[in-house]
Amino acid sequence: MARTDHETAAASTPRPPGRLYRAWDSDLAHAFRTSPVALVAGIVAVVIILAAALAPWIAPHDPFDPGSLVLMDGFTPPMTENEFTGNFYLLGTDDQGRDVFSAILYGARLSLFVGFSAVLFAMVLGVTLGLIAGYRGGWVDSLLMRIADVQLTFPSILIALLIFGVARGFIPPGYREAMAIWVLIVAIGLSDWVQYARVVRGATMVEKSKEYVQAARVIGAHPAKILARHILPNVMGPVLVIGTIGLALAIIAEATLSFLGVGVPPTQPSLGTLIRIGQGFLFSGEWWILLFPALALLALALSVNLLGDWLRDALNPRLR
Amino acid sequence: MTFDRLPKARRSAALLGGAAVALALGAASAGAETIRWARVGDALTLDPHAQNEGPTHALNHHIYETLVGRATDGTLTPRLATEWGIHPDDDTIWVFELREGVTFHDGTPFEADDVVFSLERAMAETSDMKGLHGAVESVEAVDEHTVHVQMEGPAPLYVQNLTNTFIMNREWAEEHDVEEPQDFAGGEESYAVRNANGTGPYTVAERDPEVRTVLEYFGDHWAETPEVSEIIYTPIAEDATRVAALLSGEVDIVQDVPVQDIQRLQETDGITVETGPENRVIFFAYDMGSDELQTANVEGNPFADPLVREAMHLALDRDAIRQVVMRGQSLPTGVTMPPFVNGWTEELDEYPQPDYERAQELLAEAGYPDGFEVTLHTPNDRYLNDEAISQAYVGMLDRIGIDVNLVSQTRSLHFPLIQNRETDFYLLGWGVPTFDSQYIFDFLVHSTEGARGGWNGSRYSNPELDQKIEALATETDLEARNEMIAEIWAQVQEDRVFLPVHNQLLAYAMREGISLPVHPENQPSMTDVSFED
Repeated sequence: MARTDHETAAASTPRPPGRLYRAWDSDLAHAFRTSPVALVAGIVAVVIILAAALAPWIAPHDPFDPGSLVLMDGFTPPMTENEFTGNFYLLGTDDQGRDVFSAILYGARLSLFVGFSAVLFAMVLGVTLGLIAGYRGGWVDSLLMRIADVQLTFPSILIALLIFGVARGFIPPGYREAMAIWVLIVAIGLSDWVQYARVVRGATMVEKSKEYVQAARVIGAHPAKILARHILPNVMGPVLVIGTIGLALAIIAEATLSFLGVGVPPTQPSLGTLIRIGQGFLFSGEWWILLFPALALLALALSVNLLGDWLRDALNPRLR
Repeated sequence: MTFDRLPKARRSAALLGGAAVALALGAASAGAETIRWARVGDALTLDPHAQNEGPTHALNHHIYETLVGRATDGTLTPRLATEWGIHPDDDTIWVFELREGVTFHDGTPFEADDVVFSLERAMAETSDMKGLHGAVESVEAVDEHTVHVQMEGPAPLYVQNLTNTFIMNREWAEEHDVEEPQDFAGGEESYAVRNANGTGPYTVAERDPEVRTVLEYFGDHWAETPEVSEIIYTPIAEDATRVAALLSGEVDIVQDVPVQDIQRLQETDGITVETGPENRVIFFAYDMGSDELQTANVEGNPFADPLVREAMHLALDRDAIRQVVMRGQSLPTGVTMPPFVNGWTEELDEYPQPDYERAQELLAEAGYPDGFEVTLHTPNDRYLNDEAISQAYVGMLDRIGIDVNLVSQTRSLHFPLIQNRETDFYLLGWGVPTFDSQYIFDFLVHSTEGARGGWNGSRYSNPELDQKIEALATETDLEARNEMIAEIWAQVQEDRVFLPVHNQLLAYAMREGISLPVHPENQPSMTDVSFED
């Protein structure tokens, strides 16, 4: 067992154990190993993320290469051969003859990319503004937090739609498609920064009156350095929790926007676009076009969400 | 469960409910029927001259009226004009005798002056209907119920152009500052966009664009009282949602039935499906006139090269699109003209089988051995499976090396791109309300000048052909005119101005007990609805 190994290792050698080992042996890792929900969610998330990341090597077809699609393969049911072409598809094909299995892998890749990027964007923006607001206080704080309050009164999907629409108006027609994915990331990110800013601001206000910050201030450290070196590491815990849950929300936001038809182009479908396409065939019997991408989205969003929930509980000192 | 076994309280509730149903049925049988009508998209505007577009006209035909109407068999019917003909002494004048005793919804009587105003408005710069009135010189009210339309020359077929030109009230337009049509492509809003004052059988009771429109029967309408007294019109963009709305009884008629659901609806009890061909052709067009494309990654304009256009034609597999995307609900064609139209022939209708090798050779010959990149614009809520058709063609073009970025959007964003010449390559459907080739030539083939060429997004310009097209309007000898039409088509086909895909087949689905025949222009009138129960 890890724990006994650690004890014997510590007893025989005075050298401190390696970083990896310390991470494995931390309270957090222990809590993870002993929580069945977190374990299962973690494994599912890792499998999906790996499969998505390795899509070009795993997927039997490239669904983003329109030239490789054979229209006559369209609507092939799962696990059967197409009646005209004789081609076989594990999870069937959609209306364009696209392999649903490959499309899910590539779609998840796109959804995850948008999700991670949007969360990162929101996090950097929210944490920076939260630190500034909490540390400076005064009118800067009031201004930033009132903007945040106003934004919180709108549903974030509405804000994302608004940003998406305005951004498209500014981008010249020829570049819109190439920029679509970045606009999507910025739209989702901008609609979500408030969560981070508010949490970080509160934590910063608590931290800034503590002695170590006062000490840094007394020796004349620049405010930017105090924020980055001293306060930031102490407020990152809750940010990571929000980030994890935010990832699930960002994936769903991307799916929603694509489902509404304002996301990525239909020739490069994300999970949301695949579900939008599949939804049109609900009544006509081609259930697989909708079901499999929907299940993939469900598994991905649920596992990330459960991980976030677990992380929140694990980091909460009151529940420990 | 029998009635006796119900507890007492429930029994009285059931009785009350029964009474309410009886009352509702009683009211219904008194000729006050509501029809709930759903289709994929909304009318783009209520301004009757701002957009020459099917769904817009379809709704406006209930509110406004035209001088002449078109029956489902293609013949002209009297509407606001009771009689019409060419002036006996001057073959350049059309005479219209107007219906008497007609009033607008606000109570103003309908007069010849309103026709003068409306035709002039339809010829204004911002009007999308002006292509239909290019040969008109002036309009004059001779007396209160007679109008003379002075043509530039003899125009024997002009009356055919009037089936979608609605008549407005001059005073109302002046009062609300809408004497000029809304500039739709320029994004203008005006009072006439959401409000209307027509002579049609229904008045606008509620207008919430893209959400819900309620029309109520106009009691002072001149014609026979229709069975439908109220229309609730709801656009539902999602295919499955629209079909679900019909299955759950939320709507009575679904006009744009998705091709994949026709069979299922036909097999469903309590649902009737009417099918028929539409007078509409679906095609791709490309900018072949500009020196440079806006979205291509190569210098110059590849579409200007006839070899590239031929290659693109050879890459289009119409039969596969028919079989998979349209599930058989289309008639593939090689010409941008539905079979309903004067000028159509079987030879023109023939289309080539795809030949990818030859297409690649042609591209290489044209100097694009590695192809090029370009953006294709497609609507996603206008024609049957429009986005899927475009997507399928993107795949076919990719096979010969043309790398296409697909931009799919709603039609209120798509159409202005074509009218403002902001797209290099696009999908469009064209219905022909005049049932004559000239309509296609005037809007799509003639150079963009004055009233003509409004939808010529190909930027095709052939002065010799322009002259022939203009001459069609005034040619009185029908045989000679048909020969000219054939000549023009021969040139259009030779130059491959368009890339025709197919003619649409229509399906309307409705709850049992309602009957509404398929209209070849896909502009059904709710006054034609009859109830069996």
